Amino acid sequence: MSRTLHGVAAALAVLLASSTAAFAQDPSGKLVVVTSFPKDLTSAFQQAFQKAYPKVTLEVLNRNTNAGVKYLQETASNNGTDLFWASAPDAFEVLKGANLLQAYKPKVEGIPEKVGAYPINDPEGMYAGFAASGYGIMWNSRYMKANELPAPKEWSDLAKPVYYDHVAISAPSRSGTTHLTIETILQGEGWEKGWRTNKEIAGNYRTITERSFGVPDGVNSGSFGIGIVIDFFALSSQASGFPVEFVYPTVTTIVPANIGIVKNAPNKAAAETFVDFILSPQGQEVLLQPAIRRLPVNPATYAKAPADYPNPFKDTSLGSQVNFDVEVSQARYNVVDALFDQLITFQLDGLKAATRAIHQADAALAKKPNDKAKALLAEARDLVAAMPVTAQEAADPQLAGAFTVERKSATDAVPERQAQVEQKWAAFAKDNYAAARKKAEEALALAR
Amino acid sequence: MTSLALTRESIARVRPGPAVAAVLIALFLLLFLVVPVVQVIFVAFQDKTTGAFTLINFADFFQNDLFMRSFWNSFYVSAMSVVVASALALPLAYLTTRFEFRGAVLIQSLGIIPLIMPPFIGAVAMQLLFGRNGTVNLLLRDHFGISIPFMEGLNGVIFVQSIHYFPFILINLSASLKNIDRAMEESAQNLGCHGFRLFRRIVFPLAMPGYVAGASLVFIKVFDDLGTPLLLNVNDMLAPQAYLRISSIGIADPMGYVISVVLIVCSLLALWVSALAMKGKDYATVQRGGGGLARRRMKPLELVAAYAVVLLILVLVLAPHIGLTLLSFATIWSFSPFPDAFTMKHYGTVFLESGQYITNTLLYASLAALLDVVIGTAIAYLVLRSKLPGRQWLDYIAMAALAVPGVVLGIGYLRSFYDVPMPFTGQPLSGFWLILVFALAIRRLPYALRACTAALQQVSNSLEEAAENLGATKLRTISRVVVPLMSGGILAGFVTSFATAAVELSATIMLVHSQSDAPLAYGLYVYMQSAAGRGPGAALGVFAVVIVGLGTYLSHVIIERGRRERGQDH
Repeated sequence: MSRTLHGVAAALAVLLASSTAAFAQDPSGKLVVVTSFPKDLTSAFQQAFQKAYPKVTLEVLNRNTNAGVKYLQETASNNGTDLFWASAPDAFEVLKGANLLQAYKPKVEGIPEKVGAYPINDPEGMYAGFAASGYGIMWNSRYMKANELPAPKEWSDLAKPVYYDHVAISAPSRSGTTHLTIETILQGEGWEKGWRTNKEIAGNYRTITERSFGVPDGVNSGSFGIGIVIDFFALSSQASGFPVEFVYPTVTTIVPANIGIVKNAPNKAAAETFVDFILSPQGQEVLLQPAIRRLPVNPATYAKAPADYPNPFKDTSLGSQVNFDVEVSQARYNVVDALFDQLITFQLDGLKAATRAIHQADAALAKKPNDKAKALLAEARDLVAAMPVTAQEAADPQLAGAFTVERKSATDAVPERQAQVEQKWAAFAKDNYAAARKKAEEALALAR
Repeated sequence: MTSLALTRESIARVRPGPAVAAVLIALFLLLFLVVPVVQVIFVAFQDKTTGAFTLINFADFFQNDLFMRSFWNSFYVSAMSVVVASALALPLAYLTTRFEFRGAVLIQSLGIIPLIMPPFIGAVAMQLLFGRNGTVNLLLRDHFGISIPFMEGLNGVIFVQSIHYFPFILINLSASLKNIDRAMEESAQNLGCHGFRLFRRIVFPLAMPGYVAGASLVFIKVFDDLGTPLLLNVNDMLAPQAYLRISSIGIADPMGYVISVVLIVCSLLALWVSALAMKGKDYATVQRGGGGLARRRMKPLELVAAYAVVLLILVLVLAPHIGLTLLSFATIWSFSPFPDAFTMKHYGTVFLESGQYITNTLLYASLAALLDVVIGTAIAYLVLRSKLPGRQWLDYIAMAALAVPGVVLGIGYLRSFYDVPMPFTGQPLSGFWLILVFALAIRRLPYALRACTAALQQVSNSLEEAAENLGATKLRTISRVVVPLMSGGILAGFVTSFATAAVELSATIMLVHSQSDAPLAYGLYVYMQSAAGRGPGAALGVFAVVIVGLGTYLSHVIIERGRRERGQDH
C-alpha cells in the first residue's frame, strides 16, 4: 500500500518536475530567513510564497542589518539560517568576505545586468538583487507649510540657510543605505567638494538618528521637516496616509536590495526556490503593493505599476548620473563612516554654531557688501569644509587597517589605533569649527 | 548576646544549607552572567595587533574628548534624573502610605506603569506630546507664541528617564514606609514632634533603606540605559557610545568593550557608595504587630491639595501612555496637536497577529521574575545574615548585571551556548526559549535583589533568634518568619522584574531564534520598522501595558489582603 503510494508520488513528482522545469523538485520543510525588512514586506512575500509552495513553512526572523550580520557570524558554526535578505549591498559584502554565503545563479530570465549604474547581481553570484531603491529627500508638507519652507529638489538645496535646523539623516555608520548616499555625493562631486556639500548640509541638520527608520518616523510625526531617506520609506509612508512628499535629486544612486543563500543552509532546495520566486513576475509584483513600494528589478513588472511609478529602466536620468565605483567605495568604507561620525555626528553642535554664524554673516553681507568681510567669510567656509585626510589617504590600506580587527597576518603592522585616529580628527574638526565661527562673527561685525 | 552570636556562628558552621545555597547561586551567576560577559569583554584588555594583555585601550578612553564628554554627560543626566525622580516619587509614596487615601492601591499600581514603557513607541509618544512640534508645544505656540524645550538634548533624556524610572523609588520607598514601626512615630509624636519635622527626623530616615535602594537603581539604570538616549538621538553618553561601537559593522575595535567595562565599574562604585551611606546604621525594627505608619485622616482642604498633587504627578508620569493610547487609535498623527481621526482597526490587526507574542511574554517574564525573587531573597539573606566568606561578592556580581549592556549579554550567550547542542533535539542550546528566560532573569535580577535586601534590612535579627530559641529550624524560621515579613519587598521585586522583563528588547533581539518563541518586545520591534506598523505597534504596546498593569494591580490586591488577614493592617 505505502509502496504503491510512494510509486504514485514518485511518478507525480517526475510529472511535476517535467511540467515545471524551473522547479526541479517540489521543496518542502522549514525555510529560515533572517531579514531586516519590515513586516509589511516580509508578510506579503510570505503569503504569496506559501500560496505557491504550501509545503514550505517560511520562518521569518527580523533583525536590523548589523545585528543580522552579527547573528550569522556568531551562529555560523552550527548554522540554522537558509537565507539572508536585506537592503544594504555592503552587509552582503561583509558576509561574502567572511565566507558565509554560497553562490546561486537564479533561473529567472529577463533581469538586466544593471539598474542605473549599479550592477544588480554580485559578479560571483553570492547574492542577487531583487528590488531597486534610490535615495532622495522626503518632507512633511504640513511642517513645510507651517514653517513656510519651499520644497527642496537637489542635495545642494538642503545647504540653504532657510533649511537651518530642519533636516535629518541617519548616521552612515549605522545605516548602510545612508552610507551609500554620502558615498554617492563624494563620488559624484569628488572628495573635497563632496565633503564640502555634505558638511554644508550637515550644518542644517536638526538631528542624526541611529536607525534608518528614525528619519522617516520623525518626518511622519513632524518632529523635523525634511529627511534624507531611501525611496520606499517615503513612498510607503505616503501610501499609509502621512502628509509627506518625496523627490529624487539628480545625483542619486539606485542600488539593489538583495537576497543571498547562507553557506551550509539546512534547506538549500527551498532557499533556491524562494530566490527564484521573488524574482519571478509573481514575486516582483508584490513589490508594487502600496505598503511596500519598491522598484522591481524585472523590467516587465513595470507594466502593471501605477502611472506615476518611478521606473529606473525607462527614466534614464534616475541613478545614472554617477557611475558608482564599488571598489573605491569598499576601500574607504570604514574611513568614510568614521570621518562622518567624528567630523559631523559627534561635533554637530560646533558645526551648527559655525553654520549659523556663516548664514547670518552672509545675510548681512547681501545687504551691505564689504570685501574684507567677504574674504573672512570665505575663509570661514573653507575652515568648515577642510578635511583631515585626502582622498588618497582615505583609500590607503594602512589607514583602513586601523578600523579592522581581522589582519591578514600577525605581522601586519597597524601604525595607529582607531581611537587615536578618531581623537585626532575630532580635535581637528572642533578647532576648525570654532575658528570658522569666530571668523564668521568678525565678518558679521564688519558688515553691520 | 555574645553567646547568641556564638551559637549562630556555630550553627552556620555545622549547617551546610547556606553554603550550598551560596555555591548554587554562584554557579548560576558564573554560568549565565560572568562567563558570557567575559567571553565578550576580554577584547577590552587585548592589544589589537598582538593579542597580548594591555591597558592601552583604557588610556585611549581617558584621552578621548568624546568619551570624556560622554562620561560627564552620563553622570550629569543620572544625577539629575535621581533628583527629578525623587521629586515625583516622594509625594506619591508619602501621601498614599501616610494618610487615609481613597484609591491608594490604584495610585500605587498606576505609579508602576511608567516602568512598562515599551521600546521605540514610548519615545515616539513622548515626541508627539512634548517634542518641539508635539501637542504641548504646538498648542503653546498657537496660543501664546512660546515653546518649551522639554525634549531638547540632555533635558529630554532627564525628562524621559525620570518619568520612566521613578517607580523604582516609589515602589521601594512605599515598601519601606509600610514597614516602619508605628511605635516609632507615636513615640516621636508623644515627645512633641509633628508635621514636616516628624517626616524629616523620624519617618524618612527610617525609610532610608528603601529610598537608597530605589535611588541607586535609578542612578545606575539611567547611567547604563541606552534605549532612551538613542531614541532621542542623544549619542554623546556612555551607554549609547558603547552600543554604537559594538553594533556597527566594521568598527569592531576594543573601545566599545572598554566602555562596557567602565559602565560596569561605575555601577559597582555607585552601589558601593550607597552601601557606605547605609553602613553602621540599624534600620530594623522589632515590633511588627502594628505594621506600618498610622494612617492619618486629612482635613478637607488638605485632601483637595493632596489629590491635586497626586493627579498632577500621575498625569505627567502617565503622559507617555496617554500618548501611546491616542496613537493606537489614531489614523494619522502628524504635525498636529491631536490625531486626524480615530479608528479601531489597529487593534484588529494586532488581535489577529500577535496572540503568541503575548502568551510568550507572560510565560517568560513571570518565570524570570520568579527566579529573580528566589535568588534575590537568597542572596539578601546570605549577605545580611550568614557569615560566609566572600558573600558580598554574590551581591556585587548580581548587581553588575545592571551595567552589562543587553547586546553584550546577548552576544555572550550566543558565544557561550550556541555550540552546545540540546539533548535529544540537537538544536543549539542558545535557541532554547529557557535561555531567553535566564537572560531576562539575569538582566532583571538587580531590581529584585535591591528590593529584597531593603526588605530584609528592616527585619530585626531578634525575631529570627526568638523563633530559633523556640525550637524552629533555620528553614522553618526563614519560610515562616523571615519571608512573610519580607513579603512587601519581595512583591516589589517581583513586580519590577516582571514589568521590565516584559518589555526588554536588547538581549532578546539577539536570542530569538524562531518567531513562535518570540516575546512581545520583538513583535513591537517588527511593527515599528515601518510607517504602516506604527498604529498596530502602539496597539500592541497598549496590550503590553494593560497586561502588566493588571498583573501589578492583582498582586497588590493579593498582598494587601494577605496583610489584612495576618492582622498587619488595621
